[in-house]
Order: sequence, then structure tokens, then C-alpha cells
Amino acid sequence: MNCCCEANSKPFDKLDPVFDKYKNKPGSLISVLQEAQELYGYLSMETLEYIAKNIGVEASKVHGVATFYTQFRLKPVGKYLIMLCKGTACHVNGANLIEEAICEELSIREGETTEDKLFTLNNVACLGCCSLSPVMMINGETFGKLTSAKTKEILRELKERQSSDQEVDTL
Amino acid sequence: MKLIIGQGSCGNAAGANKVYEAAKQYIKQNSLDIDLTSTGCIGMCYLEPIVETVADNGEKHTYVKVTEALIADIINSLIRNTVLEHISMSQEDKLILSKQTRIVLRNCGNINPEDIEQYIAKGGYKAIEKCLRQMTPKQVIDEVKTSNLRGRGGAGFPTWFKWDAARRSQSESKYMVCNADEGDPGAFMDRSVLEGDPHSIIEGMMIGAYAIGASEGVIYVRAEYPLAIARLKIAIEQAVQRGFLGRNILGTSFSFDMRIKVGAGAFVCGEETALIASMEGERGMPRLKPPFPAQKGYWQQPTNINNVETFANIPWIINNGGSEYAQIGTDKSKGTKVFALTGKIKKGGLVEVPMGISLRDIIFDIGDGIVKDKQFKAVQMGGPSGGCIPVELLNTIVDYESINKTGAIMGSGGMVVMDETTCMVEMARYFLDFTQKESCGKCIHCRLGTKRMLEILERICGGEGKEGDIELLEELANKIKESSLCGLGMTAPNPVLSTLRYFRKEYEQHIYDKKCTAKQCKSLLAYTISKDSCTGCTLCSRKCPTGAISAERKAVHSIDKEKCIKCGKCFEACNFNAVLV
Repeated sequence: MNCCCEANSKPFDKLDPVFDKYKNKPGSLISVLQEAQELYGYLSMETLEYIAKNIGVEASKVHGVATFYTQFRLKPVGKYLIMLCKGTACHVNGANLIEEAICEELSIREGETTEDKLFTLNNVACLGCCSLSPVMMINGETFGKLTSAKTKEILRELKERQSSDQEVDTL
Repeated sequence: MKLIIGQGSCGNAAGANKVYEAAKQYIKQNSLDIDLTSTGCIGMCYLEPIVETVADNGEKHTYVKVTEALIADIINSLIRNTVLEHISMSQEDKLILSKQTRIVLRNCGNINPEDIEQYIAKGGYKAIEKCLRQMTPKQVIDEVKTSNLRGRGGAGFPTWFKWDAARRSQSESKYMVCNADEGDPGAFMDRSVLEGDPHSIIEGMMIGAYAIGASEGVIYVRAEYPLAIARLKIAIEQAVQRGFLGRNILGTSFSFDMRIKVGAGAFVCGEETALIASMEGERGMPRLKPPFPAQKGYWQQPTNINNVETFANIPWIINNGGSEYAQIGTDKSKGTKVFALTGKIKKGGLVEVPMGISLRDIIFDIGDGIVKDKQFKAVQMGGPSGGCIPVELLNTIVDYESINKTGAIMGSGGMVVMDETTCMVEMARYFLDFTQKESCGKCIHCRLGTKRMLEILERICGGEGKEGDIELLEELANKIKESSLCGLGMTAPNPVLSTLRYFRKEYEQHIYDKKCTAKQCKSLLAYTISKDSCTGCTLCSRKCPTGAISAERKAVHSIDKEKCIKCGKCFEACNFNAVLV
């Protein structure tokens, strides 16, 4: 995942090859949005407008598509993106308690990012690891058979790793 | 010598990636002559990570719940030709595999999905060759008709019928689409096939394309399945290199190209017309049928859409004959069905069973019953479009019509088992929450009706249910079913209707007695402290966020009901089981 703060400071040059790639392929709006999100971490209003202008689609339609699908994020995400599985198996095995534990540990709610921009919590429909339920995925790594205590431990470890990284940086 | 590691998404989540890396390191460090490969998921998720060893004499051995630390021992015993009994797969577990009939999953866990040669060695691409060289498109459709294969996406529409309609449509270009947008939460059958045997989908799509006269294929797969996408990409590349995709395939006049379209997350895109809209870069909203996709689909051209599992059956049917396939199953439902068995089940995973097997056999024989031997309450089938089947109907057999009769549906194959600790009202609330969020908003009853139903269910679970709520739910449910355009809306009320049908008493207890017998709805619980068990350690009091617990050391604590917010922290904290619910 790329750093979220780049979107505003850097122009949209990186998107030009994407436009070229899909130039002669009608119906590629979703693919363009996916690649833009991959590049910038999220889709800002400016990004959406830029895309609309360059592929010749009304801005309202681009916005409409971007808000229709759950994959697209219109706000920047933290360094660690927590995807908490809310599939049926996880739900039956107590995903709600895991959500409570995350919210309590990080003082955020679903969809929000911590003030230090470290964590974002997103609920997702199903990660497909039902036999390990309840499950969450953080930046691509899956954590299964969670309990409230185990979840908090995982988050604390990530926080500690972050602060020790910072110490190394300042040295 | 060979070392094969099961690396489906679930295997990797359980640590198979780390095991693979450890094995790679160990083999390299010790300069061993061992062939390390990976395979797809064999379906026994509760035993992951799974490692299979193959000795030079062909002798195979399977190890389960393998960790990185065990790799050295496994490799050494492979070299010495000994067996590590304590981590071997038990006879009992081997028996579970033998109770299944594996057609769709025939290669899953048996071949390396990233190597086309292994698929070919198992008879792969023989079926398309047979079609191209020996059969007319009409004969292919007749063979599928003989098999009586019905769409595995959930609705169970005869596959041959759709193909025939698309074949009859006259047009220069036609499309063959695979719906791999497995959106049902709690189901992962398609993902496992895509990850474990991608070539079977490609071959199935090619056969369908030949039958209807399509020259372009698209696999619409969810973005949440990165491993499936990666393996499909590799499979398509390899098929192109080997001449199975492209122009004049196998020297015939048949040409077929294939590409992947990554979905962006919308449950409604499982609906054919919504899926087509999404493929065209639009919001995934369904439209009125007719015209059916077989007449006007993708870019207004005749389009046929089938589900992953349907396609995976096709090569087998061509190779073995439709009548052979029709030998398996019941009168109206032929062949096998793959289920994702999850929830409160001991041996959860992916199982492929012949149609006609009873739910009891799947849950108690193959799945080994309920976790901690608790009381079975219901099994949910068909996800947000389906319903709950109670204990008294456990002898229901797996067959489209029989399952429909219970008020649930066969669905795509999610089978979530629930025990006495699952609240059925809360379950209905959960599914309505899902469909309410996923409603595309086109039809008013679906958009607003699901929202209102959710609000009522939330109120009931929150202890504020009132007389007339059940009737209102029923009225709304029927209105939504009647006046929605697509399958999402027409089936959205099913989880509520089916729980009302079998668990009405639970609804009434919530509304009138303000009780949740499953002890899941927090607002309906009351916490007390047992005088006999409390040791006066003050731990619960320290954990209580509202200071509702008296905290005199060595004295029996008590909870102030006025201050208590029923968060359950004291219950979790107590080491002496003294907090009662």
C-alpha cells in the first residue's frame, strides 16, 4: 500500500500510463479506479475529477461508481488497514466481540482512522477463511481464531513495532 | 522425493506460507534433492497447514497442523523412510475424504495449480479436444442436457437450457462469462476451485463457448480473492502458450480468448444483469428481463453466464458422459454439490457430496458434529438469500426442491451451523443488515423496506420490541418479495421469514418476556454475582467501565443494576465463574 499523503503533494502523472492502457477499452472505469487506488492508497475528490476529465466521463458518473462499490475508499487509510471479517461464520463465532476489542484498544469506530494515522478499521463481508473464524486481516496478513485478548495483543505489538521503528529513525 | 504443501488462502492464513518458506530454506541449506511444490486446498481446513510427502517409491504420507518447527523432522523422516505418527492424518480424517464424491474438487489438493502440465497429466484439456474433434455444438449441449446439470450459483436453472438459448441467438460476437463474484458471506467454494484447479474453469468455459459459438470469455472475480486472481492469470498465460487459448485452437476453426475482470465488491453483482452492467464499467444495478442475457447481454451481444462450480463440472461430464453424471443424485438434482461447512462445527471445511445425502449426514458424519458437543439448533443455507433449517428437519436431503420446501435455498453452498448459543432473531438482524447495505437502491421496497425491517429487528434485539412487530415484519417481507426486480430483493426477507417460521417463539420471548435464551442480545441480559463463587478479588470491579460493582476486598461483590450497561466486561474478567448471566 502506498502512503496516503502523496496524493495531494504529487501530481497525477502516475495515472497517465493507466489511461493509455485502457484508452481503447470501453467500460474500463472500474479498472482505472482500481489502479488509481492502488497508486494513491485512496481516491480523493481531485483524483476522481482528474480521472473524469481524462477518460471523458462525467464527474458525477465517476463519483457514482466510486461510491457504489465497497472496494473504493474516498478517505486516506492508516499505515495498518485492519479488515475485520463480518462473514456469517465469523459472526456466529463472535466477530462482534473482536470489533469491540479493536474499537476499545484504538478508540476508533468502524471506518475510522486513529489520530496518529496508524490504524484504520474496515469491516468486510467475508475473507473466506471461515474455519479460522473469527478472522481479521492486517495489510494482507491473516490472523485467525481471535479472542478479545489476542486481538488487543496483536494491535499492541504493532504499536510497539511502530514506536521502536521511530526510535531507529531518530537515531 | 517430493514435498507438497497445501497453499490455498485458508492454508496460508493458518501458516502454510511460513511452512513453505521454512522447507525451502531447509532444503537449500542442506543441499537436498527434494522437489518442493504447492497445491490447492483439499478442503480440510481444520487440519491446515497440511504437508504431503512422496517417497521415491511413490509412497505418500500426509501430515497435518504442521508448523515451521516440524519441517526438519518431516524432511528427515522422508529421507529415512520413516513416519512421524503424532502428526499424521488420522484414519478417521482419511475416512471423511472417502465419504465424499469429488468431481468439482477432483484436482484440488492433488495438483500444482500453477503448472498446466499437471492438469494435462490428469486428463486435462481432453474434454475440449473431444468436443472440437468429435462433437457438434448441438451434441455438446445434448450431452449437458443428458447430465441434467443445474446452475450451481444457487438458483438451479438447467445449464443446457441457457446454453441452447445463447446458441440460437444470431450474432457475430457472443460472450461466455464466468461469475466468480462469490459474495455470499460464509462461502468459499468457488475460491477454492479457482485457487486449486483454475484450468478446469478455463476448460469448462471453452466447452461452453464452443457450444454457444462465443469467441471471447471473461471471468468476473472478486477483488478480495488476490490468490485466485494470481493463479487464474498464470493459468490463462500457460493455456495461451500451450495453444489451448487463442486462434485456431488445436488446429480447428475454433478461436477463443479469455480475460479476467476484477470486481469491486457488490453483492448485487451476482445478479446476471447487474454483473453485466459492472463489466461495462457502470454501477452494478440490475435491469428488467427480458431481454435475457442470452439475447442481449454484454455490450448488447448474446452472453451466457455460469458460476465457477458449474463450469468445473463440464469437462468431467464431457469426458465421462452425461448419463454417467446423471447416475449420481436424486430424481431432479443430479451430480454433486460442494459446501463450505462452517460455524459451530468440529470439522469445518469444504466438502463435495452427492445430491441426495441428508443434512444430518453432512453435519454429524462428515463434519463430526457440534463444537464442544453443544446442542445443534439450526443450519443456515443460501446465505442472505436463504434460510435456517431447524433440528426437526435435519433429515432433509440435499436436492433443490427439498431444500426449497424448508424455506431455505440450496444457494451457492454456504452451510453455517448454529448451536444453542446462537440467537435466531439476532441472526435475522445480521442478514438484514447485510442485504440492507447491499441493496443497489433501484427498487423502493428493497431499498427502504430492508432498512425498516432492520430497524424493527434492531429494536427487538435491543429489548424494545412491541406488539405488532412480528406482523409488520411479515407484511414488509411479503411486499419486498413481490415488488423487487432482482433476486437480491426477492430473497432478502428469507432469513426473517424462515426464522419466524421455525423460531417464532424466540421472537416472542424477545418482545414479550424481554429474554434472549441464547444470551446474545446484550440489552436483554441481566448480570448478577454468585454469592457462593465470588472470592472478593475486586477484578470485576476494576474492569467495570461505569463503576457499577461494589469493590470491597474479600467481601462478596454486587452489581448496581441502575449503573450497569451490560457490557459483559465483568463476565469476561472473572476467574471464578462468579458472574452469572
